[in-house]
Amino acid sequence: MRISRRILAGLATASLAVTATSCGGGGTSGSFDDTVTVGILHSLSGTMAISESTLVDTEKMAIEEINAAGGVNVGGKSYKIEYIVEDGASDWPTFAEKSKKLIDQDGVPVVFGGWTSASRKAMLPVYESKDAFLYYPIQYEAQECSNNIFYTGATPNQQSEPATDFMYKRSPAAGGDFFLVGSDYVFPRTSNTITKAQVKQLGGKVVGEDYLPLGNTEVAPIISKIKKALPEGGIIINTLNGDQNVAFFKQIQDAGITPSSGYYVMNYSIAEEEISTIGPEFLEGHYGAWNYMMSIDTPASKKFAKSFKKRWGADRVVADPQESAYNMVYLWKQAVEDAGTFDDNAVREALVGQKFDAPQGPVEVMPNHHLSQTVRIGEINAEGGFTILEETGVVLPQAWNQKHPSSKGFACDWTDPSKGEKYKL
Amino acid sequence: MELLLDSLFNGVAIGSVLLVAALGLAIVFGLMGVINLAHGELMMLGAYTTYVTQLIFKLPLLKPFYNSYIIVSIFLAFIVSGVVGILLEKTIIRKLYGSPLETLLATWGVSLILQQFVRSVPLAYGTGLVISLIIGLFLPATFPPKIKESINFKYFKFSSWILAAITGVVSGSVISATVSKLSRASARNVDVTAPSWMRGQVEILGTAFPKTRLMIIVITLISVIAITLFLNQSAWGMRIRAVTQNRQMSDCLGISTEKVDIITFGIGSGLAGVAGVAVSLLGSVGPNVGGNYIVGCFMVVVLGGVGNLLGTVLASFGIGIMTDLIGAGRLLSIWPDMPLSLSNTINFFATTSMARVMIFALIVIFLQFKPTGLFPQKGRMVEN
Repeated sequence: MRISRRILAGLATASLAVTATSCGGGGTSGSFDDTVTVGILHSLSGTMAISESTLVDTEKMAIEEINAAGGVNVGGKSYKIEYIVEDGASDWPTFAEKSKKLIDQDGVPVVFGGWTSASRKAMLPVYESKDAFLYYPIQYEAQECSNNIFYTGATPNQQSEPATDFMYKRSPAAGGDFFLVGSDYVFPRTSNTITKAQVKQLGGKVVGEDYLPLGNTEVAPIISKIKKALPEGGIIINTLNGDQNVAFFKQIQDAGITPSSGYYVMNYSIAEEEISTIGPEFLEGHYGAWNYMMSIDTPASKKFAKSFKKRWGADRVVADPQESAYNMVYLWKQAVEDAGTFDDNAVREALVGQKFDAPQGPVEVMPNHHLSQTVRIGEINAEGGFTILEETGVVLPQAWNQKHPSSKGFACDWTDPSKGEKYKL
Repeated sequence: MELLLDSLFNGVAIGSVLLVAALGLAIVFGLMGVINLAHGELMMLGAYTTYVTQLIFKLPLLKPFYNSYIIVSIFLAFIVSGVVGILLEKTIIRKLYGSPLETLLATWGVSLILQQFVRSVPLAYGTGLVISLIIGLFLPATFPPKIKESINFKYFKFSSWILAAITGVVSGSVISATVSKLSRASARNVDVTAPSWMRGQVEILGTAFPKTRLMIIVITLISVIAITLFLNQSAWGMRIRAVTQNRQMSDCLGISTEKVDIITFGIGSGLAGVAGVAVSLLGSVGPNVGGNYIVGCFMVVVLGGVGNLLGTVLASFGIGIMTDLIGAGRLLSIWPDMPLSLSNTINFFATTSMARVMIFALIVIFLQFKPTGLFPQKGRMVEN
């Protein structure tokens, strides 16, 4: 059944490609048989708007690209993708409410949305109870595996674990002690629990950790702790959020905690967008770990950055979260075409195993609804980008982290009904 | 010794940020009794003033003076926040004296408006608006009394507002044309970079201190000294104290209470602007920058005793030193071989989040015993 659909979809695409070329690649607008409306749900107002609006821009761009290439082909018919953008307003209950609206009132087959873990946790029960589908594009703490969410961001083993390994073994501060700094909420705390377990395995030492309450920018006590715990320099793992990074980096530089005096900071929440806000002069020489970096020198990556700049302005940058958002729109399109229907459950089945040549390189959807991805370690340079130092091969996602004490030995597999959300390996 | 010095410095550094932020509120809330929830946003305006000044000093004409922009911005921030404060007093707060709940709601509304204002209005035109406010509010006051007494003065006032509007639009467009970063509205946080002479550290008695922290301490000290001198030595300061103590009697004795209210509120707001400059040196400048400090400000003023500057000073340094003592786990280094159970407890509270919890708990306990704060007001005012 599925094979025949695939062939059908393939035939449809092929025939469309033929028509497109015969028209000399001209516009295909107006040649659609029907339309399909999808939901986009990110914060367009409030504190998260700055970050989340970049995802809306990227998703719109991906949809426009797909439409320009002939739309989605389902059952021999071409569908133009239209979208409804809803504002989550940086308020977690609003995310749940707008999800309900998109599913019940607008009847969208899929919602692309969310950024913070808090917003995802608020939306999760809605999608599970209505058996609808959410595509979530942010690198996060994992320890979750819903049948109704599809996660295209990195799990900790696709970001923090290779990064910790790099810092301990191959960075200029190799073999040094660790100090962990984060904002006080779920991602930094989970991520640091994993890092602590990993450092112990590597034979290193975590000499201190501290969490800054969200909104607080007074880092003086943290600085004196770092100086006390790491008098001769060492490795700092930073999971601070947003603007708190500005306060942190300004003040540690003034306090003499810099790469030139032996302190190296590895960051999990600082991408190109954030570097330009904080200022490269404060970050130069520190590190970041992501799946996608704008400086990746491949045609796919360059094309992605170029089309984004062309669509939204030459001064704009692309970063890892945007790349994930871009990938998820394409993966949904492929899965729908393979399934031959917009029906959620058929699409979910078709989704696992989908491959896509993403700007970061090839990615594939795994049975645990996460993506296999490439991990890159970069050094922040004076131009505000990353100089890529290392690149792993494709890393499989762990929805249940194998270093976190509460989830060690568990995994998730939605393709096998006997396994499901959390089963013992 | 080094440890003590380091701890004391950190405590004073944290405390001086709290103090400079709370100083304006100590005047507005402490002396006038106005619960101004927009205080944080007046700080934010000060921080944005620093940012705008920084960009304007990067223009070729002013480039040679770039290193002094931070000093200039302290005065500008005082004026900008002061003027906005005066406008706020004249239009809203004046009508709400004696009804604290309405004041609270109204000023909260103002704070939301100001936040959205910096998000959706290009800063160049925001600057133009402030310039026209300054001209419109102060130009009529500079006319000689002879003209003021003449019957046509309201026409002068009207025409000076027209002049103000024109100047505002022109200066807004000029800034927008010359500084491209200010010509577009953006919700993105911006960044103030301290001039090179203020970055890095200085060594005092063998311990290194960050220069920006020292600068904030200096700004705070100067503000406190200036405001104390003003309140205790100047004629207007005396009038302000008189009105604080007994409004009706002062009114009977010929003090213009209306003018006193405007001046007091203006100075309190201006100090919020100065605090904004200090805060911009520590973190980034965004629409929410002031909101993060407002709770701390009220805490300091209440703890110090409403209406008492000395109390505010001691409360801020007290909280600062406690924050460092608890948050950085200093007790452990002072007394390294304490019993295990005690050191575990201290370690538990030695994180920034838990230190905050601990400080709030201590303040609550303290206020149980001294509900009116460290230095309660004595005398007739208490009875009112």
